[in-house]
Amino acid sequence: MLVGASVIFGFVMVLLVLAFRKHDDAPRERLWIVKLGLVFPIAVLLALLAYGLFVGERLLPRQGADVVSVKAEGRMWAWRFSYADVEGRTTQGVLHIPAGVPVDVAVTSVDVVHSFWVPRLAGKLDAIPGHVNVLRIEADEPGTYHGRSAEFSGEGYDQFAFTVVAHDDAEWRSFLAGEIE
Amino acid sequence: MKALERHRRMTETWASDPGFKGWFSTVSHTDLGRMFLVTAFFFFLVGGILAMLIRAQLATPHSAFAGPEIYNQLFTMHGTIMMFLFAIPTFEGLAVYLLPKMLGTRDLAFPRLTAYGYWCYVFGGSMLLFSMLFGIAPDGGWFMYPPLTGPLYSPGINTDFWLIGITFVEISAIAAAAEITVSILKYRAPGMSLDKMPIFAWYALVTALMILTGFPPLILGSVLLEVERAFGLPFFQAELGGDSLLWQHLFWLFGHPEVYIIFLPAAGVISTVLPVMCRTTLLGYGWIVAAAVALAFLSFGLWVHHMFTTGIPHMGLAFFSAASTLVAVPTGVQIFAWIGTMWKGRPDLRLPMLHILGFFITFVIGGLTGVMVAVVPFDWQAHDTAFVTAHLHYVLFGGFVFPILAGLYYWLPHFTGRLRFFRLGELAFVLIFVGFHVTFLAMHWVGLLGQRRRISTYQPEDGWTVINLISSIGGFVVALGIGIVIIEVILHAVAARRSARNPWGAGSLEWAMLTPAPAYNFASLPHVTSRNPLADNPDLAVELAQGKGYLAAPSRWRETLTVEVASGKPDYHVIYPGNTRLPIVMSAVTGIFFLSLLVKFYWTVPVAVIGVAVLAWRWVWELGRKDDLPAQSIGHDVELPNTVAVDHAPGWWGSLFLLTANATFFGSLIFGFAFLWTVAPGWPPPVWFEPSAIELGLGILGGLVAVVAMRLALRANDRARSPLPMLGVAFAGTLAVAAACGLLMLRTPAPAEHAYGATLLVMGGYGLFHAALVSLMVVFLIARVSRGFTSPVRRAEFPIVVLWTDYLALVGAFTLLAAHLTGYLA
Ligand code: HEM
Ligand SMILES: [Cu+2]
Repeated sequence: MLVGASVIFGFVMVLLVLAFRKHDDAPRERLWIVKLGLVFPIAVLLALLAYGLFVGERLLPRQGADVVSVKAEGRMWAWRFSYADVEGRTTQGVLHIPAGVPVDVAVTSVDVVHSFWVPRLAGKLDAIPGHVNVLRIEADEPGTYHGRSAEFSGEGYDQFAFTVVAHDDAEWRSFLAGEIE
Repeated sequence: MKALERHRRMTETWASDPGFKGWFSTVSHTDLGRMFLVTAFFFFLVGGILAMLIRAQLATPHSAFAGPEIYNQLFTMHGTIMMFLFAIPTFEGLAVYLLPKMLGTRDLAFPRLTAYGYWCYVFGGSMLLFSMLFGIAPDGGWFMYPPLTGPLYSPGINTDFWLIGITFVEISAIAAAAEITVSILKYRAPGMSLDKMPIFAWYALVTALMILTGFPPLILGSVLLEVERAFGLPFFQAELGGDSLLWQHLFWLFGHPEVYIIFLPAAGVISTVLPVMCRTTLLGYGWIVAAAVALAFLSFGLWVHHMFTTGIPHMGLAFFSAASTLVAVPTGVQIFAWIGTMWKGRPDLRLPMLHILGFFITFVIGGLTGVMVAVVPFDWQAHDTAFVTAHLHYVLFGGFVFPILAGLYYWLPHFTGRLRFFRLGELAFVLIFVGFHVTFLAMHWVGLLGQRRRISTYQPEDGWTVINLISSIGGFVVALGIGIVIIEVILHAVAARRSARNPWGAGSLEWAMLTPAPAYNFASLPHVTSRNPLADNPDLAVELAQGKGYLAAPSRWRETLTVEVASGKPDYHVIYPGNTRLPIVMSAVTGIFFLSLLVKFYWTVPVAVIGVAVLAWRWVWELGRKDDLPAQSIGHDVELPNTVAVDHAPGWWGSLFLLTANATFFGSLIFGFAFLWTVAPGWPPPVWFEPSAIELGLGILGGLVAVVAMRLALRANDRARSPLPMLGVAFAGTLAVAAACGLLMLRTPAPAEHAYGATLLVMGGYGLFHAALVSLMVVFLIARVSRGFTSPVRRAEFPIVVLWTDYLALVGAFTLLAAHLTGYLA
């Protein structure tokens, strides 16, 4: 995307510079406006749109048997996570997920609007009081991922962060069994 | 009569009161345009100082300069001031100053309204400044999302300053927009058909129409949020049937068009200045007009792209993503038309041209990153990071500040009658340009590294330190550049050589006059036959000064004429009101209304409302006359009827566009009702409204009776019979609507406990307010008839009241149906 943008930018700049060159073309409305002004942007946009929809589609939660469901509840200024697989289990500030398995995070808020964002796992999704939004994330490798809240929420916003811990199979089972806090 | 003698006599009629006292009573568009621009520039400096404080804070990690509670006020006020108190008023000021001059006439349609709008802006802006000086400024970010800004999480007065101050300022935007629209459509030089209008007027027209339809959703949102905060009626609280998403919709219904409301006037400046700098005419005038109109339409379909992360359904995302990228098409048309114009002419690197080049480079980058952000998967990553802040500044600074600086240097000789003497501007340009790109390229970069926007500090481990420092240094370089601009403008105003008329060799009419501009603009009005009248006839200025145009005879009234909208054929003769303090007094009383709400001093609220009503009554009363004015000669053997003796007077046109804004407001309210009903959690409400066929019938029938009676009154007046009986019937009709709406409000179930009741209460209040307003208008008309201000000839006031009565009947019926039908359905 960056390359495409740079090329277009360079093209416009060259046209600008050439305008200062001595020349005596007749005014060519069709060339400038119809070809460059209309056709060119439309072509670029169609390409971009197709790409966007394609990628967006891939990021979408899809039904599957082996999807793990968790719930993320934002409040000023902490996240509380609960797990569909273990009744009554909650963690604060740390979300545990299995690695290599798609996870659906049901995001909501109990006070103001927050946003759930783990940059390396997925895009962000807002936590809105009274609404539940579902975000699909998946960690390829076990490890620790940093997450932040990305919607301004007043004074504690600066420090409002959390971590996601992706476990391998064995660890995940022991988490479910209550052996990891 | 000699030109000099004419100048003297005209000036006598048109001049503002001498000295600084004249500022308070002036209604001249030249004065008010300058005042608008100076005030807006002052706010630009305030916003700029805030930006410097922000950059100082972010320059180093762990900065102890400001804690979050101060930092939150800093960026909220920076954004708010730049958007509402700098950008929009700059457009208003530029349009107020330039339009009548470009359109070849003597003033705007409603001179006193210009003044009223200006003072509302000053008073509203002062409220916000005051809050900042005392450290109680708004701190919820410039888009003020509830519930964070709601009563539970922001109990302090900070948020109220925003909601009430900005609404007060918006009055001036709506007033200016209605005025600009009517002025462009009606107040032009004879012969200037729509397709011969200067391109700036087209842009201003589109912008004004966008303000009329774009601002009401924000005003509604502010009203609802303030009502929630002050009186506990829930609109945005999920537990009580409200939904904070409603605010986001209302805000961005305004906020996205806002970006184009800011960009289009700047594009108008470029389309005006660029051809002159290239010694040619604009390429593709028709295409550019079409592109501006297309942009306006498209921009209203795009608000949702600011809400991509709120969990909008997938199909919605695809649609809005597609539509968002589509705006690049009309923008592309304009950009290439401008570049084509440069190819067609011979561009000269004079100072305004430098700023235009600055615009091109900056804006194209901003547009490209904008398209990137519009692609959903990318936005999910970039949303709410410094990347978005940087993108937004490329668009706003590139798309607005550079063009405005180009315009400043271009019209400076017009403001002062002097030519630039010191060459500081070139240095200033380089500093601003380089500084800007350093600042914001760096911010793009840290944004991609994950720095969120609106954080007051960060950790050294984040690895953003160096980039932020570079960005801050860039910011201070920009400030230095702006400082030099100010110094140059001041030097210019006090000491520079006198300029000849039309120093740039422009073709548009604002240069066909003395500079600085005389109070009356044109001693006589030109007859326009092309888009560049001054280029066709370089002696035009002298000929007009000698009285060779229309309305050349000085009179003791301030006279001008209006034209048919499309053709530009002269149709009416206009007499303007003279200098008066009424506008400033009325806006001060309006200010008392807002101030009382702010400090919760409620018993002065009705006093202020009555005060405004009394002043408004006087405002309109002053305009009438008791004798039938014969058709007036405007020279060249043309005679025109005066505006008191026509069906669609300027007041009718003004009402039409005011009602357009008003209808958008009401439509947004209905949208809010439907949105809460279908989307908000916590529905259905615990109790429904108890429907009543009698009340419903009373209100709808009352509206119909008023509508019919007003028409009969109008007809009676036309046939020289007394309209009084029918006016009485119309009055009774409006009272019936008022009663039905009042009962609706009284019987609304538990408005503080559920958004359903709260919304009905507001709708009922809206209906009641309009019923009261229209009944007041009918009473006014009765008084006018009794005092002999009307006659079969002097009929202009009837159609205006007819228009408002129709509107009342419509919104009354909608309101009552919304309440009673939902009661029946449940
Ligand atoms: C040299 C000039 C300027 C500098 C250095 C500057 C700097 C900044 C910075 C650093 C922020 C981000 C604050 C944060 O997210 O923590 C910001 C926000 C903003 N700026 Fe500027 N700015 C400048 C001019 C302008 C202009 C001319 C406009 C509008 C016409 C503008 C409109 C905004 C808006 C709307 C925001 C968002 C505020 C919010 O997040 O609520 N800025 N500015
Ligand atoms: Cu937008």
